[in-house]
Amino acid sequence: MSRRKPNSSQLAIVDRNGEANGRPIAKRRLDFGERWSYAPAPEANRYIKLRNRYQLFIDGRFVPPKSGDYFDSINPATEEKLAEIGSANEKDVALAVKAARRSYKNVWSKMPGRERGKYLFRIARLIQEKARELAVLETMDGGKTIKESRDIDLPLVAAHFFYYAGWADKLKYAFPGRKARPLGVAGQIIPWNFPLLMAAWKLAPALACGNTCILKPAETTSITAFHLAEIFQEAGLPDGVVNIVTGPGETGSALVNHPDIDKIAFTGSTEVGKRIASVIVGTKKKLTLELGGKAANIIFEDAPIDQAVEGIIAGIYFNQGHVCCAGSRLFVQESVFPTVIRKLRDRISTLRLGDPLDKNTDIGAINSRSQLDKICELVDSGLKQGAQLVQSRAPLPAKGYWYPPSFFTGVTASHRIAQEEIFGPVLSVMTFRTPEEAIARANNTPYGLSAGVWTDKGSKIFKIVNQLRAGVIWANTYNKFDPSSPFGGYKESGFGREGGRHGLLPYLTLS
Amino acid sequence: MPSVDQVMAEERAAAFTRRSIKTSAKLAGLKLVVSMMDLTTLEGSDTPGKIAFLCRKAMQPLDPRYQAPSCAAVCVYPNLVRIAKKFLEQSSVKIASVATAFPAGLMPTKLKLREVRGAVHDGADEIDMVISRAIFLAGEYERVFDEIAATREACGAAHLKVILETGELQTYDNVRLASEIAMRAGADFIKTSTGKISPAATMPVTLVMLEAIRDYFYETGIRIGMKPAGGIRTAKEALAYLVMVKETLGDDWLTPALFRFGASTLLNDVLMQLVKVADANYQSADYFSLP
Repeated sequence: MSRRKPNSSQLAIVDRNGEANGRPIAKRRLDFGERWSYAPAPEANRYIKLRNRYQLFIDGRFVPPKSGDYFDSINPATEEKLAEIGSANEKDVALAVKAARRSYKNVWSKMPGRERGKYLFRIARLIQEKARELAVLETMDGGKTIKESRDIDLPLVAAHFFYYAGWADKLKYAFPGRKARPLGVAGQIIPWNFPLLMAAWKLAPALACGNTCILKPAETTSITAFHLAEIFQEAGLPDGVVNIVTGPGETGSALVNHPDIDKIAFTGSTEVGKRIASVIVGTKKKLTLELGGKAANIIFEDAPIDQAVEGIIAGIYFNQGHVCCAGSRLFVQESVFPTVIRKLRDRISTLRLGDPLDKNTDIGAINSRSQLDKICELVDSGLKQGAQLVQSRAPLPAKGYWYPPSFFTGVTASHRIAQEEIFGPVLSVMTFRTPEEAIARANNTPYGLSAGVWTDKGSKIFKIVNQLRAGVIWANTYNKFDPSSPFGGYKESGFGREGGRHGLLPYLTLS
Repeated sequence: MPSVDQVMAEERAAAFTRRSIKTSAKLAGLKLVVSMMDLTTLEGSDTPGKIAFLCRKAMQPLDPRYQAPSCAAVCVYPNLVRIAKKFLEQSSVKIASVATAFPAGLMPTKLKLREVRGAVHDGADEIDMVISRAIFLAGEYERVFDEIAATREACGAAHLKVILETGELQTYDNVRLASEIAMRAGADFIKTSTGKISPAATMPVTLVMLEAIRDYFYETGIRIGMKPAGGIRTAKEALAYLVMVKETLGDDWLTPALFRFGASTLLNDVLMQLVKVADANYQSADYFSLP
């Protein structure tokens, strides 16, 4: 299109606009203030019945831990104690394994797939029925926004159970010509970032394949797992098919070391994943690991920039950046770097931080004090190493654990913030010049969980994604999940796939 | 020219509808919506009598005790501008008129310009022109630009709103390009639709235009206004548009000087909600006068 010099009438508009708004035209800054502010819109939580104490869930019943020890579960947005959680030791884990083994042998592995599927469908429907209550609980326990727990976590939790319920009676068609048998007893250790969703990712395929499970939730987010256990009871799931043991790292370690376990599935940090792998070496136990990430989100100059900025936001600020596949390394082609940064700066000032139960909150609380410390430490290292920090000016609540949406410019591959997983709302922005450089830089990491590519050119998408070493790659979108799509990593981001037909494999032996 | 990704643009637009606007925010938002309303009648059957209804409603939409503002403007065909002027002379309500062979825009430019000058002469404060979609879709962007620039000159002191008729441009890339052309050619406002074509205004189309306005502001410092028109019928939808404006362009655009709704049935739904928030109970539709 043509670009012409402004004619006299256009100059007149400048004047008119200047007058109309009473602001100097030179100030080309958008004002995201409070001239029309949203009133508080809190999701009701008075009907939520929290128990004072949550006991372990073993063999279909809630039982006190053998140790008699309990630990506190804190609401990270208020630092208030929500409940006490039973702390399982080796004896409790042994009881759980025994119950799981018994129900595996006597009930679950003998049950026709069609019958197992019925239980899973029933669980999925019950989750849908109680979705709002579970979402509120998830938000109170973990600090994530109600917007996300309501619109993303819970619908996906139900979808996973529905999806794998459908596979339960079709396993022989999943791998034609081969006989699929369950593994036995699975120990499943899940992280705190998506407590119910990770439980669903682990339990649904394992149960569909005919395994029985011992689930070990993360220490800071155990509560919703017990509410899920109540749903299992309500669905009439046979005793011992799913057992839940809560506690610190030692509980997980007891589970990993128990001799009568056939399979360990772990989602969490690469550091712990490596320890688990070294413990399991030489045993009969099968292992899948879904570990950390430092994903590259690559923006080419021909990308739809406004939508790419939304993709950056979805990539790094979703769930306060507590996402293993977060797009935490942003690579922007040099020609569009100033534009992208300007837009990103404006966009983060529209993110609303605060009460996670408020329906308009975009950024909730950091999950724990120790995670907040870790984020602060890495941000300090970024500043010390000379990167420039841009932060939203959103005021932080006085109580609770909070970190404002932030990004660093002036980052290079040698910065710690470009190498280490921050697991918080902090983005490292880097630049590149050519597609080859983008690929080399994106792959220059020990991780390989996910990546994003933004370009309007279809052929470029295919060219780039085939050279990226990452398990999940999004093109012109980011952080999209579906139970039918496999998820998992390359390199130090782990091995094994969850979701889709691929997600059945880690819970089956094929012969 | 930046491209637009359909999937992500629509997803972003949908996100604004999930904001929860309650109590004081709702009341303030509804009043803002009323003040941004271009109360419109564009029927072949419009008569001075009908314009009288419209103008009276625009000046005082609701019983004074609710402190509802008057509408921003009434929007009528050029030959009724003189009538509207008679009713609105003493008020703050502006007169907008659709000129340039509304709604198809298929007429020689010379005649279109004559129509614009006539409407301004009769007292129109704002001219809502249509671009020629035929010329745009044929790829003759220079001609589209020239016609807008010529209309801009014919407007004189009157404000110019440029209707893109996004329902006929169809793709977001086209909408984006047409927005750029209109702004560079001298539009004060860009406007989605005539209301005669379906779909008229949608959230994603409006978002794409707001983003074009934002880029133009970044580049030049000039604030262009936005007017979604047609298809917005409920207070809830209108509040979602306000949310979109607030979070895309910021507070400076939350003024009738830079944002308008082109609508007719929307007004009474907004007023009904306004009364509901104020009195805590719904009134029958019979309590709200028809425009």
